[in-house]
Amino acid sequence: MKENAKLRNEREFPHGKTGQGVGARLPRKEDDRLMRGRGQYVGDVRLAGLQDVAFVRSPLAHARIRGIHVPERHRGSVFTAADLVGIKPIRAVSGLPGFKISEQPVLATGKVRQVGELVAMCLAPTRAEAEDIAASVTLDLEELPAIHDMLKAREPGSALVHEHWGDNVFLETNYEIDISTALDAPIKVTREISTARQCMSPLEGRGVVATFDKRLDQLTLHSAAQMPHITRSGLAECLGMEEGQIRVISPDVGGGFGHKGILLPEEVCLSWLTMRCGHPVRWLEDRREHLVASSNCREHHYKITVYADRDGTLRGIDCEATVDSGAYSSYPFSACLEAAQVASILPGPYKMPAYRCRTFSVATNKCPILPYRGVARTGVCFALELMLDLVAAEAGLEPGEVRLRNLVRPEQMPFDNITKKHFDSGDYPEAMRRALAAIDIDAIRARQKQGEADGRRIGVGISIYCEQAAHGTSVYSGWGIPMVPGHEQASARLTPDGGLELRVGVHSHGQGMETTLAQVAHEILGVDVASIRIVLGDTAMTPYSTGTWGSRSMVMAGGAVATACRELGERARRIGAKLLQHDPASVVLQNGEVRGVNGSVSLKAIAHTWYRRPQDLPPDVDPGGLEVTQGYKPVRDSGTFSYAAHAAVVAVDPDVGEVEILDYVIVEDGGVLVNPLVVDGQIYGGLAQGIGTALYEEMPFDASGQPLATTLADYLLPGPTEVPAARLDHMETPSPYTQFGVKGIGEGGAIAPPAAIANAVNDALRPLGVELMQSPITPHRIVAAVLAARAAERSAA
Amino acid sequence: MKPAPFAYERPRDLHAALSMLAASSGSAKIIAGGQSLGPMLNLRLVQPELIVDISGLAELKRAEVSGDELVLGALVTHADIEDGRTADVTRGAMRAVAANIAYRAVRNRGTIGGSLSHADPAADWISALAALGARVTLRSLAGARSMAVEAFVVGALESALHAGEIVEAVHVPARSAAAHWGYAKSCRKTGEFAHAIGAILVDPAAASARIVIGAIDTTPIVITDAVELFGGRIAADYKQRFDVRAADTLLASAGIDDAAQRHIHVSVLKRAVLEAAA
Repeated sequence: MKENAKLRNEREFPHGKTGQGVGARLPRKEDDRLMRGRGQYVGDVRLAGLQDVAFVRSPLAHARIRGIHVPERHRGSVFTAADLVGIKPIRAVSGLPGFKISEQPVLATGKVRQVGELVAMCLAPTRAEAEDIAASVTLDLEELPAIHDMLKAREPGSALVHEHWGDNVFLETNYEIDISTALDAPIKVTREISTARQCMSPLEGRGVVATFDKRLDQLTLHSAAQMPHITRSGLAECLGMEEGQIRVISPDVGGGFGHKGILLPEEVCLSWLTMRCGHPVRWLEDRREHLVASSNCREHHYKITVYADRDGTLRGIDCEATVDSGAYSSYPFSACLEAAQVASILPGPYKMPAYRCRTFSVATNKCPILPYRGVARTGVCFALELMLDLVAAEAGLEPGEVRLRNLVRPEQMPFDNITKKHFDSGDYPEAMRRALAAIDIDAIRARQKQGEADGRRIGVGISIYCEQAAHGTSVYSGWGIPMVPGHEQASARLTPDGGLELRVGVHSHGQGMETTLAQVAHEILGVDVASIRIVLGDTAMTPYSTGTWGSRSMVMAGGAVATACRELGERARRIGAKLLQHDPASVVLQNGEVRGVNGSVSLKAIAHTWYRRPQDLPPDVDPGGLEVTQGYKPVRDSGTFSYAAHAAVVAVDPDVGEVEILDYVIVEDGGVLVNPLVVDGQIYGGLAQGIGTALYEEMPFDASGQPLATTLADYLLPGPTEVPAARLDHMETPSPYTQFGVKGIGEGGAIAPPAAIANAVNDALRPLGVELMQSPITPHRIVAAVLAARAAERSAA
Repeated sequence: MKPAPFAYERPRDLHAALSMLAASSGSAKIIAGGQSLGPMLNLRLVQPELIVDISGLAELKRAEVSGDELVLGALVTHADIEDGRTADVTRGAMRAVAANIAYRAVRNRGTIGGSLSHADPAADWISALAALGARVTLRSLAGARSMAVEAFVVGALESALHAGEIVEAVHVPARSAAAHWGYAKSCRKTGEFAHAIGAILVDPAAASARIVIGAIDTTPIVITDAVELFGGRIAADYKQRFDVRAADTLLASAGIDDAAQRHIHVSVLKRAVLEAAA
């Protein structure tokens, strides 16, 4: 806690704001490459002898495999589970009590449990030819009843995804504090709320190029991955190889959002295949594979009751949450990542004396649910914020008043909420007040009274959330999943010409870390950002890291870079003092040079001396030199809490069901911002995804478990015209626990929009008796609800 | 998502193209802009033995006013119409429709003949041209025939084209100065296929109206004499006389069971009526 208070008191980021350090709005260094189409993605990797792989995938959601028939002419080009001798299935266990383990074979054995599950891999000189071979393979499948509805899957007598479990529940959790005290509350609102199954849809899908280097006795896997070190650990476990025999390189990555944090069966398959075939092999996920087979997220169902007093004060929440986890537990986050988190994060930034939450992580015949930007928070924000609007309506209060009455107040910081989440800092009511003022709630209420000439209805909606980020060892050790983050490490070294190389184990796939980490280093060492190189995404070149997930990289890798650079600066300062023939105590490192009373010596000169003219160094120089690896953890590792209040104004056509977002305001507090321009980009991107959740994105399934949105004509993503020019306002309440007071902000933009937009639509339609409690809010759902409300009114009359 | 193998020909004139089609015994597909066929090939939804690329056929690129009608060759692109590179006899109606088809990139390559041949129920031209009273000319080695657009589209993704036959041109009648035009559609997002289309060409002086309800699961509903939808009489007050119940009944009898879907279609058609009357 003392660490940053001291830092901030000493100096207010001298290189920031107008310079290149912490706080500067620097354009991204990597954009010179990425915006000119010069990025190097997995699909750009060219290796001599490379051949392409296409997979035979299950056409059925649930079936027993009776046979796989490969035409004679293609024997030798087609591989099935029977060929993969010694390859272990993917197992992502959780240590939470009662968790049931699934084994995901990398090629199906015995049964297929989802449409798109890998059954065979086909090898050919080109992808088209590999697809021809795949099309010639026939599967003899005995169809089994498909489990596609997570609520029905919980019922006794349901067909079973994993027979030996006896039911379909990966994990049930129960959390309760004093719920009985809430039951006599004068306001009691109960609803069922749900969010659709979505696909993450990064611009670049997954992709793998695998090759084996006999000289190094090393498998090299190029993979579009957020967490290359974790991928390596998972591969080593499945392949039965030493970690040192595997190098994972994740080059430029076109968006991850959680989808690329997962160990893929395809990664294991291609690793095996290149060792079997002796030449490099490639698989690039196509959009249909992405939609159907590998990337699903977000499907939550809530049965929730909120208890409140007449003045809107929360008395308690009682919730039963079910998450459709799909067929398998994915590595490393496990099948209970979403549901089990719901219990701890549902109360969010609100005070309440009583709380109960049961959660179910349910197995179904769908592809595994994966973490997606916001993870469980988007769902809980949607559920709770919709409910608070209903409480407001019941109490006859403005929704904003209910929030302000219950939000944790700044003077209560640091604050432990009812689920023991430790809020580090912040002024939540101020964010909400600013959002209400910026959206001009009074003007909208006046406009609503007048009505619209075009027959549309105007509505305003708000939402607020907190985003726990960079939570570390103490939080994750309790989960018992294959991955627990510890100290984050960074290596920093001066090059002989005075440049700076930084090596970190996280990865950047849109976050701009080649810029922001350089800004952190510049803040400490004063080296020009243009002379700082960041090495990311390669297990052979970077320190071990759990990688980029959980909005952790700026806090953790930024902190590690700062720590390593401080140590490096200290070593340079001591060498500089000797070169200046000064007492080390009398010199300081400033703006890239070591200064004493009678002169200064640049880092460049110090580096030149260390590497090229060691004869000028005194004999007692520190032999550690100008290369440092240091680890970092925040003073407290329970996570930073960033947050934002969102406010949306929409116009809804009740007869056609169209929703137009007229105005959108975000008041965001991400602690001290290393680069506000990058943060703005993160928020805009998250907002676009949040709008997708709110209005467009849905992967429906039929009763046989077939995914129905198999192309981007069916799976709708918001485009430029669907994303409004949002107005952003930043608050910067430092975290007391981190370097510079930064907080993680990577996911927040995608958390609050579904709730704010749904609340706005419901605000617009409430006078018609309409209430929408399901995302996405589609034209059909709106019109169906309007017609139902009109019918109800007629029958009441 | 790579296509199954196919042979590819790019004939230099229409006769050569028709000969290739005739010789292919029905396993050929014509490609022009490729905006629908391209994805279908990649998804292996179609696996033709032969692709005949007609994009080089100058005969199909003409656009001229002939008598009281506009004749547009099948290869005229949506962008040609949007940008006014082709003549117009519809007083801007076609230009406005073209400008809202999909995205500009699609409009640059997509052709009017291709759109009709593909017969996607949610596409714009099959509804808009039916409302405008357009006809298509089809040609094969055996000769040419002509039919109304609404007769040409026989089902979802199904046209009246015979094997070996190609859409040669679209004939659009001139819209009279007295005729009002309204065209509305609702799309989930900009550039997506519509889930409801309403089109009306109404001449209050002549007491006539053509109405199209499109983007339903099958062929658009085309009412060439829409008097029923206006309480039995079409006159200057047609906007007030528009009968949403009659429109709803039309949709119900077309097999649309879902009330919300019908309501959306009727509301979109109402928008078209209001636009025509504005």
